[in-house]
Amino acid sequence: MDLIRLTGIERVFHLGDSVVHALSRLDVAIEAGEYVAIMGPSGSGKSTLLNLLGLLDRPDAGSYYLEGRDVTTLTPDEQAAVRSQRIGFVFQSFHLVPRLTAAENVALPMMLAGIPAAQRAQRVTQALKDFGLDQRAGHRPDQLSGGQRQRVAIARATIMQPAVLLADEPTGNLDRATGDDVIHLLEALNERGMTLIIVTHDPKIGSRARRQLMMEDGLLRHDSARPSAAVAET
Amino acid sequence: MRKADVLRFARDAATAYPLRASLSVLAMAIGVAAVVVLTSLGDGARRYVVEQFSSLGSNLVIVLPGRSATGGFSPANAMTTTPRDLTVDDAAALTRLPAVRRVAPLTAGTSEINANGRLREVVVAGTASTYLEIRSFKIAQGRFLPEADWNRGAPVAVIGAKIQEEIFAGRPAVGELIRLGDRRLRIVGVLKATGQGVGGLNTDEVVFVPVGIAQGMFNTHTLFRILIEAKSRDQIEEVKREVTATLKTRHSGEEDVTVITQDAVLATFDKLLRALTAAVAGIAAISLAVAGILVMNVMLVAVTQRTAEIGLLKALGARGDTIRNAFMAEAAMLSLVGALTGYGLGLFGAFVLRQVYPVFPAYPPDWAVVAALVTSLSTGLLFGIMPARRAARLDPVQALMKH
Repeated sequence: MDLIRLTGIERVFHLGDSVVHALSRLDVAIEAGEYVAIMGPSGSGKSTLLNLLGLLDRPDAGSYYLEGRDVTTLTPDEQAAVRSQRIGFVFQSFHLVPRLTAAENVALPMMLAGIPAAQRAQRVTQALKDFGLDQRAGHRPDQLSGGQRQRVAIARATIMQPAVLLADEPTGNLDRATGDDVIHLLEALNERGMTLIIVTHDPKIGSRARRQLMMEDGLLRHDSARPSAAVAET
Repeated sequence: MRKADVLRFARDAATAYPLRASLSVLAMAIGVAAVVVLTSLGDGARRYVVEQFSSLGSNLVIVLPGRSATGGFSPANAMTTTPRDLTVDDAAALTRLPAVRRVAPLTAGTSEINANGRLREVVVAGTASTYLEIRSFKIAQGRFLPEADWNRGAPVAVIGAKIQEEIFAGRPAVGELIRLGDRRLRIVGVLKATGQGVGGLNTDEVVFVPVGIAQGMFNTHTLFRILIEAKSRDQIEEVKREVTATLKTRHSGEEDVTVITQDAVLATFDKLLRALTAAVAGIAAISLAVAGILVMNVMLVAVTQRTAEIGLLKALGARGDTIRNAFMAEAAMLSLVGALTGYGLGLFGAFVLRQVYPVFPAYPPDWAVVAALVTSLSTGLLFGIMPARRAARLDPVQALMKH
């Protein structure tokens, strides 16, 4: 069974009088454990696709099955529960809460899920150790380097052991060397079985993925897993 | 999200922006402090008046000649043109009533006192030995009027503190002879200064003589007042009924006296000043509403400032109501801290007032304190709803793009 199955997805934005098809006629299936890069120029719809996969946005048409369950028809609270349990986000600008320490930032998803404090502390300690941040537990984001911040963000994204990790330009705000570290970290997670979907416009990073989805004007131009099918539809 | 976590999260969020948090706390504090201080003033005024009245004597019932026509002109009032006089015998009859402890007749007039080579006009009060206890006066020298038949009375007088000072220049006056109008009287006592007077009559400037002497001096047999002390506070109404009934019988079935109780007068003042205090509290409460709006403003700013954070929380799986609760908790905390700070400030203000005016019992009434705290909390919550709902309804995609 596919982890993710999108069929006939449409997403339309109305900007004044003009109608923008951010996504149209999108059919994609992603299996558990895959490493996928979504690529394309800006405005091609790759971020919209990622938001949709992360249940932050709803499609205007089509259906989205996550682990065999149609998640587009869920109520907002049910979608929040799916985000909490099954989806991890990594953002370009890290999105750490500035007033919270590294440990508190990592614990945030567990706190929102209502997990007791004692259990949280145990899991946070383990996660910080795994990501080499145990010396930085009490530091606030402004006391951390860019690479450390992104590692805190990845620790936070994976603390609930989600089914899929969505990374939006995870190296965009980092220099080359730190960016490579972060990519290696994400790939290591993928090797241990976590499905990894990265949005990037950097072809070097994109080419590392085992599967590339090329977006253009809201259409899927090329799917490295099904070279003929994607192009044939256009 | 657990309740303890919501509270901790809200607290950290509030303290992360100390200036904006302290400003809204200050606004709320000023509102609550205003209510506490102003109601302290109002209620202090009420207590002050009540205390002054209580010093007239406890459980006091006063009989006045004539019917007070509170209902305006009516044929019934027109029929009884001249009321029957109150007499010493009327007063004596009242002493036999079961609920009555003491009775003092009172007749009054002005005369000249002539002693020690000095002369001055004084108010002469003709009364009896019971008057001292009924009015709870204290004797400075000698003793008060002796117990005697009210219709006769020995040629003695008790003078007020100011008269002693003016006529005898502070020398002991007991035993001295004075001339009061056409009578020669011996001073048997001097009253302790009270410094108080009700109705323009300062008791420090009065000469007290037996009622029989005063009636002889003024050539009258009527009384100005009869003062009655009830056996207890609960029996005041009973005394009032008994007195009215007794005098009606004695005055051939005509109800031609007015019986007033200190409680009735007091209750009027009490009601008046309570209303005043409530009005002042209401005015002060406007500042609480203003403070509530400021809290709303601060929370709206907080929502704008933390839009990206709200987007993040949603991405991490926070439900709309979780975010709403966190923001509501923050608004409630700002209001609560403000209210408690204001309460402290208000109590301090009342304390300063009491230090500056020691006679003025400026304590905030309990109802005002409760009302101020409840109002500040509820305005804080009420005005926190809108920003919190706005936060909960933010579109996560849009919110995450903000920085």
